[in-house]
Formats: sequence, structure tokens, C-alpha cells
Amino acid sequence: MDLSSELKKDMYWMMLLSRRLDERAWVLHRQGKIAFHISGIGHEAAQVGAAFALKRGYDWVTPYYRDLALMVSLGLTSEEFMLSLMGKAGEPGSGSRQMPSHFGLRRVNAVSHSAPVATQAVHAAGIGLAIKIKKEKKVVLTTFGEGSTSQGEWYEAVNWAAVHHLPVIFLVQNNQYAISVPPEMQMAVKSSADKACGLGLPGQMIDGTDVFLVYEIISGLVDAARNGNGPALVEAKMYRITPHSSDDDDRTYRSREEVEENKKFDPLLITQKRLMDEGIYSEKDLEDLDKKAKQMVTDAVKIAEDAPYPAAEEAAYPVYAEEVLNA
Amino acid sequence: MPEKVIMPKLGESVVEGTLIKWLVKEGDHVEEFDSLMEVESAKVNTEIPSPASGTLLKILVEEGTTVKAGTILGWIGEPDEKVPTEEGIVAEEDLSETNQPIQTKSEVIASKLNVGRDQDLGFISPVVARLARENNIDLSLITGTGNNNRITKKDVLQFIEKSGELEVEPETAAWETPGEGDLFRPTELQFPDRFKSTQPPREKKEEQVVPAKKQTPVSSGDQIIPLTKMRKAIADHMVMSKHTSPHVTTVMEADMKLVSDHFKINKELFSRQGIRLTYSSYFVAATALALRAYPLVNSSWTDNGILVKNAINIGLATSLEEEGLIVPVIKNADGYSISGLARVIGDLVNRARSHQLKPDDVTDGTFSITNHGTAGSLFATPVINQPQAGILGVGAIKKRVVVINDAIAIRPMVYLSFTFDHRILDGSTADNFLAKIVSVLENWQ
Amino acid sequence: MPEKTMVEAIRDAMDEELARDENVFIVGEDVGQRGGVFRATVGLFEKYGADRVIDSPLAELSIVGVGIGAALYGMKPICEIQFADFIYPAFNQIVSEASKMTYRSNGTWTVPMVIRAPYGGGIGGGLYHSQSVEAFFTHIPGLKVVIPSSPYDAKGLLKSAVRDPNPVIFLEPKKGYRLIKSEVPDEEYVVPIGPARVSRSGEDLTIFAYGMMHYYALQAAEQLEQEGYSAEVVDLRTLYPVDRNTILKSVKKTGKALIVHEDNLTGGYGAEIAAIIAEHGFNDLDAPVRRLAGPDVPAVPFSHPMQEWFMVNPEKIFKSALELARY
Repeated sequence: MDLSSELKKDMYWMMLLSRRLDERAWVLHRQGKIAFHISGIGHEAAQVGAAFALKRGYDWVTPYYRDLALMVSLGLTSEEFMLSLMGKAGEPGSGSRQMPSHFGLRRVNAVSHSAPVATQAVHAAGIGLAIKIKKEKKVVLTTFGEGSTSQGEWYEAVNWAAVHHLPVIFLVQNNQYAISVPPEMQMAVKSSADKACGLGLPGQMIDGTDVFLVYEIISGLVDAARNGNGPALVEAKMYRITPHSSDDDDRTYRSREEVEENKKFDPLLITQKRLMDEGIYSEKDLEDLDKKAKQMVTDAVKIAEDAPYPAAEEAAYPVYAEEVLNA
Repeated sequence: MPEKVIMPKLGESVVEGTLIKWLVKEGDHVEEFDSLMEVESAKVNTEIPSPASGTLLKILVEEGTTVKAGTILGWIGEPDEKVPTEEGIVAEEDLSETNQPIQTKSEVIASKLNVGRDQDLGFISPVVARLARENNIDLSLITGTGNNNRITKKDVLQFIEKSGELEVEPETAAWETPGEGDLFRPTELQFPDRFKSTQPPREKKEEQVVPAKKQTPVSSGDQIIPLTKMRKAIADHMVMSKHTSPHVTTVMEADMKLVSDHFKINKELFSRQGIRLTYSSYFVAATALALRAYPLVNSSWTDNGILVKNAINIGLATSLEEEGLIVPVIKNADGYSISGLARVIGDLVNRARSHQLKPDDVTDGTFSITNHGTAGSLFATPVINQPQAGILGVGAIKKRVVVINDAIAIRPMVYLSFTFDHRILDGSTADNFLAKIVSVLENWQ
Repeated sequence: MPEKTMVEAIRDAMDEELARDENVFIVGEDVGQRGGVFRATVGLFEKYGADRVIDSPLAELSIVGVGIGAALYGMKPICEIQFADFIYPAFNQIVSEASKMTYRSNGTWTVPMVIRAPYGGGIGGGLYHSQSVEAFFTHIPGLKVVIPSSPYDAKGLLKSAVRDPNPVIFLEPKKGYRLIKSEVPDEEYVVPIGPARVSRSGEDLTIFAYGMMHYYALQAAEQLEQEGYSAEVVDLRTLYPVDRNTILKSVKKTGKALIVHEDNLTGGYGAEIAAIIAEHGFNDLDAPVRRLAGPDVPAVPFSHPMQEWFMVNPEKIFKSALELARY
């Protein structure tokens, strides 16, 4: 597949901005300015590639908590992310009722998710069912880690989608760790793609650090699904460079050497190299972009810091749909 | 030396009181001024403060007993002191005689109910306690039909229905309905069932008067109505008052036009402030001014001289329908504006009707007003409310043809009948006094 | 006016709602050609097709999860759980997801759906076909819990539930499916979710009940009449959020409350009603608040005498009410 330079630049920008946002969140946490952060560093290629393969804002997504780059690609702004980190008013996903990175963004059809993993998979199946009943041409992407594929919810979702031929793309982001548990303890097969086949839908494992590859593969699956030939599963393989979250001490279950070794496969670095090799960007260009990204992040932090908290009484609302002013 | 606790005199003509409830037990330590017991008389309930600090050595009179004022109820002293015997049991006041505690069983006694704590009543459920509180019911009067004779909600509701306890809301002001012309009856007469009592000395004399049993010649068609206690007592008091004071009545008329104008303007205004303005306020106000101008009218005859009272306390005869008349007193009536008077009068009347008057409200009156005109009476010769010097009767306010500046006019007119004690006042003082009232009313601003 | 059994009325409700709104569909096990194991959906598959009456895989979790997804997309699923005893796999989806979606997304996502299940014993169903489950759900803000006691109410309330923009748990007393018949109008009507109903006016005590127990309570009230006591009977209908006003008004009137349900006593829904009355109706009480409920054993046994030992019936209600009346 031939991707235009413009497209590649766009995708790289999303990866870059997401990465800088992510890194700043870690800094804010260690500075004691935010309470919690759960990181997607290392996931950017898979998420950006997948997001761009969709008709963003038209197709539907049921994301999970590592999907920062996915959400940024769909349209989540830096300010909005910072508001959620700080629990401020105006956070579009939940009005800061949810912990940070529990994404939801109605305007781009990204469904609000919870903390019990894999629950969003069945929702995706339900959305796919609705699309099919209504004979519409949309596709729904659902993403999760490889650990989620152990949940009953995941099997039931994939099963449903397969039985009813639903337009659902299951994206497994296999970053080699479910907190501290490696994939061998999660499944008896090599990859969740193998499980998919067992359930009756095509599954493949791909390199999740190659953003353009991910884009290409998923675009194909999306097209197929849009034309009634869904569902499909893709396992994108990558490495979780950071601990599970700001509360995790990964020294208890993996060595520093392993982490250092895997930093070589950082998708941001890989993509930068690609872009330079292809002459799309010079080193200076990349530096400028980096500065720009960092500045955007800094600006967003300031805006969020200055923003007010929601009124305490707002916690009482909304319990029922009737209470929502514009439901 | 132990201190005695006596039944106080809770009102000028109150001769007795009923001990409702001891608030302390024998052996309890009390401080001076602590409340010892609850006492009732003349529809007024009050708590009696202790005369001394010490231990309540002995209770001589049980709850529910009615005794004469001055009766010794108990003794307070040091824990080891001996209580005086017969010689100590002497009433302080003139009213003496025997002191046998008499068990009275009243129909309805207002009581402060201790929810659920009275073992004799069995378990009192929340709704039963609430109903009893709200309706002033003595639960000991109700037979329970629940488990173990528990008093149920149904039992309470049926009791309420039978006794018709609930208050009546009359439409007109109490003092604007006619009284029976009986002034100020003693509490035993107002509430005869409560005070099945020994009679005060004066009445003892009257016992020698021929009782109803004596044979009266009756022709065919004639009817004998037996004398009720109330009727007897009324009769006695009328006689007493007339025997005491030489009654003379002088009558004048007053043009109420300006008062009427003022009333019309202000009634609405006042009611918006929650004040119910009636004509009574004006009569009280005018009388107060007149009493200030002629202090001799605000007095009492005593053997030592005419006691001219300083405070102007005007009693307003108030009808309580079957229960008779009560005369709540507006203390220092000369100190109020019209709206102030309306407020005070309104409050007194409400409390009179809801049995919430205190002893203070019915005592120390120096002059009385009776509104005898509501049923149409034009002028009258009211009986003086002893030991006052006079009483003002207010007749019906009627539109009449009068002559003003040799022209015929129609005015709302009222006759004012002033009965006075001719021992204290002579005709000219009386007339000046009454003329002053007329003048105040006729020139009302 | 035609007479219908409760299950027929339920079927009619779904028929009418499917006809009225093309977004309404039914999903559950055996709901399609089989017409439902209790025949609650008989004929609907033929009438509306496989797109509107969908046979789910044997996976309760996903019946509800898929329903949630479809509801998020704008459809109105009626999810049937074959027996309330099997609702537990779906508990995660109901409690973690459906009940919290509106709140956690600050009203940007809502879940308009009905989860209906037959509940209750007395039909020889044994431990796993007789359970009452309302107590679990009357505790979850964001849900509504409805239990009809007559064919008229079943139809009217189910239609309201379908139209309600919130997730509604609709529990049907299966013993009453064919046992209870009443007149049900053909014309369009709904019974609103929320208000309880005073089904019988009385003076001496109030019996609060729902489902099958309400049906029995009316019978017990007849018997009480012969003893000289008049019982007021209140059908709660909507358990959550419950109609406090009607409850307290009745307690004010009679002063005595007997709460009846077939679920286990301890922690059963009656405890909440008793607490409401004790707290807010204290000054109107002429006797302690009483509950009559199933015994605290794990489930309804199969063998007939044992089942009858467990089940609350009109005679038991009569005895309990009589004691209360005499208090």
C-alpha cells in the first residue's frame, strides 16, 4: 500500500504528541501534581495506525485505558487529556467522575469504558449488531490488552461477532505484560490470533511497532467488515516500556536490562528513522516538531492547572437519563 | 426547722387548686426554686417552685387531689429532721376548714405525657403517644383492646370521638358574643366536676339557706328546674357583690363615627400584619385614658381607706360558651397603641379559648369592661367585679338619627353604661369619667 | 375486553413495542423460533424476522453486554434472561456497565434497555429455577427495578420499561404466568414506572407486596375481612426507585405494616421498605413493622412439601396479618 507523505506526517504527529503528553503525565505524577497515570508508551504505532484506518468520527470505537494515542488520533485534545489527569471541570468523557484515561468521547463515537477489562468487547459486538440490523455501513473497533483475552467477556464478544458476522475489528495490543503476568501465563496458544481462528473469525499477529503496517492491515479488515465480511482480529505485538501504571513497581517482575533492550523497538524512534530514511523529515524538522509538541503539552498543562474543579454537588448527578439536560 | 410546701392561691378568687403531679419523690434533694409539682386551677396550669433547698421529707397530698389554697402539701428540711404533725397542718389563709384530700376524677386533664415510660399504661406505641400529645388526652382514661390490653391507635381515636375533645373555632371574637351577664364566677363554678370540693366559708353559711328540696307550692303547668351548683354559685356571687357595693348606674351615648372610620381603614392593614382589629381595642383604649384622668375610678374600697391603684389593668369579660365567663386582664392597658391593644386582646382571647391562660392573666385587674350589646341590648346595669370600683357596659352599636348643628344626621351610636360603687365614687366623678370615655371615642383620630 | 394470562400480556407488550418502534428488538436464548421457553415471544420471530428477534448463544453475559452495545448505538433491546437464576454471569455487565454508563459519561452515553427474566418459585423448579433476585438490583443507582403482579400491569409496565431511557430490570413472577388472568384492553395504554398502587383500601393494617405475593395478599385480605379486620393492600410494582409517598401515606392511615416477599428474609428488599417506614413513619406506627418472607436457606427445594415449606402463601400471609391486626 502506498501511503502519501502527508498521511505519514499526520500519523507521526499523532504519535509524537501522544508520546509527549504521556511523558508529561509521568512527570506530573512524580512531581506530585496528579494522582494517577496509566501509560501507553510503546503503543503509539498500533493505536495511531488503527485509528487512521477508520473513518474517524463516523466509525465507532470501544477503547481501553491505554488508548491515549488512539484517542488523540480520533480528536481528543491535549487540554482535555490534562483536564482528566487533574480532575477538573469540563472533562468531556465523564466530567471528571472517572479516573484519568478511562476514555469516552461522544463526539467521535468513542464509548465510555470502565475498569473491569474486556467489558467493552461485548459492547462492540452489540454495536456491530445494531449496525447490521440497521443495515448501515459503519465499523466498530474494539481494543484491549492480551490479558483481556482471558476474560469470559472477550470470548463471548468474539463468539457473538463471529456467529452473527458483525462488522467488528478486535485489536489486541499485546505488550507482553498484563501488569506483571506474561502472555505464557495468559494463554496456551502463541497468540490471541490463534484463539480467534478457533472461534471462527480470521486472526493475525502483526508487528505493532510499525505504524504504517498496522494502518495497512487494519484498513483492509475495515473495508472487508464494512462490506459485510467482518469480524476480524488483529494482535499487534509491542512492548510495554513503562510500568503498568504510576502505582506499579515493575522492578518486582522484570529486569532493567530487559526494559533497556526493548527500548530499541520504540515505535516512535522506529517511525522517526523511517521518515528520515524516506526523506520526508530532516533531523531539524523532527526537532522542530518535537518543540512544537512539547509546547502544546506545556500550554495544555497550564490551561488545566488554571481550570476550576467541578462543583462538589455535581457528584449527585446524573443517575438516570431523565436527569441529563441534553440526553 | 422544716419548711412547709403549701398550695398557693393561684388567682384572686381562686380558693382551691388541684395537685396534678409531683415532680419529685419523698427523699429527693431539691434546690430552692426547683419545680416541685404541677398544679391546676381556673384552667391555668403552673409549676410550683420549692420554697427552700433541702430534702423533700414528706408528701402529704397525693396527685389528683384538690385542696384549698394554703393547704400544706409537704415538708422540706434536712434529711434527718422530723416532720411536724397536726399543729403544722394549718392553712395559712383565712379560708380554713377541713382538709380532707378529695379524689377528683376529671374528664380531661391537660398533662405532659411521658412517652412510653408509664408502666401502668402498658406499651405506648409512637402513634398513640403522638395522638395523646396532640389532643391533650390522659391515656389512663382509655381502655386498651390490643394484646395484653394495649391501648391501640383505634382505641385513642374512638376516645377522641366520644369526648369531642377537639377545639371549636368560633367565627366571632369571644368578647363580641354575649356572656350570660354573670361576672367572674369562681373556678369551682366554672369547672364544677373538677372541684367536688368543700365549700368556702361564705358558701357554708349559705348552706343554711333553704335547699331546693324544700317544698314549693306548684300549680298545674308550673315547672321546677332544679338548681345546679353553677346557678347557685352565680346567685351567691351576684348577691355578694350587690351586698358589698351600693350599685349606681349612669348612662351616656357616644357617636362612633370617627372610630368606625378608623376601624374601616385599619382593619385590613392590621390583618396583613396578622393582627385582628376589633372595636374592643377602642373601648379599652378610651377607658384607659379615662382611668388615667380620673384615678379614683381605678381603686378598691378597703377598711383602711380607698386603695387607688397605680397600674391600669383592664379586664375584658370573655365568654367561653358553656364553660362560662372568664375575665382576662390587659395589664397596663394605658401603655398600648391601638394595634398593640388589638394584639394583646387577640392573644388573651385565643389563650382563654385554648385553656392556656396563666394565673397572671386573670389576676390584678383594676377595672372591667363587659360587652353586653352583641345580642342587641342597648344599655344595662352590670354588676361590679369585686373588689373593683366600677364596671363599664358597652351596648349595641346602632345607626340612629341624631341632631347635629340643628340638622338631622345618621350616626353609629352606642350607649355606655357605667355602674359604680357609690361608696368610692359620687355621681359627678362618675359622670366626668364616663364623659371622658365618650369624648375620647367621639374625637378619635 | 379480552382476558389474558400474564405471559400473554407480556407477549402482547413486546409485540406492540416492536411494531411501534423499529429500534426495539428482542435478544435471548430460544426467543426466536421456539418462541421462548415460557412462550413469551411466541409468534414474534415469524412476525418480525431474525433481525428483530435474535437467538443468542448460550451466554447470559453477552445477552446483556450485546444489548448494552446496541443500546449505546441507539437501539432499544429487550434482553431476555431465561431464568432469573441465570442472571449472575450478566451481573458484571448490569452493575459495572449498564447502571453506571450515564453517570460515568456525564450523561453523554445512556443505555435504554430492558432486561427481563422470569423469577420466583412454586412451580417445582427447585434450587436453580425458583430464585428471587430483586434484592441485588434494588441497590444499584442507575437501574430501575420493576415487578408486575397482574396481566394488566405486566403489559403496561413492560411497555413503559421499553420506552424508559434507562436500563430496567423487569422481573416476571413466573408462577403467575398462566395462573393469573385478568382483563387487558386492546387499546394502547401504559402503566407508569414509579407509582405504587393501593389495590385494596383498608383501615387496620397495610400489606405491602409485589409479584406473586401481591396476588396472595389480596386473598389473605379477603380472609381477614371475615375475622373483622380490614387490610389495605399496596402493590409496590416499581421497587427501585420506590414510591415512598404511597407507602408512608398508607402507614399513616393504618398504623401497621406487613411487608411480604418470597425472597429470603435477611437482606431481602423488604428490609429497605421496613427501614423507610421505621425512619419516616415512626410517629404513625401502632405496632412494630413486620416482614413475612422466604426462610434464610440457599434456595427453594424441589420436593413438594419442602417447596411449600419455603414458599409464602395466602394462609401464611393471613396468619401473620391477623397477629398484626390484633396487636
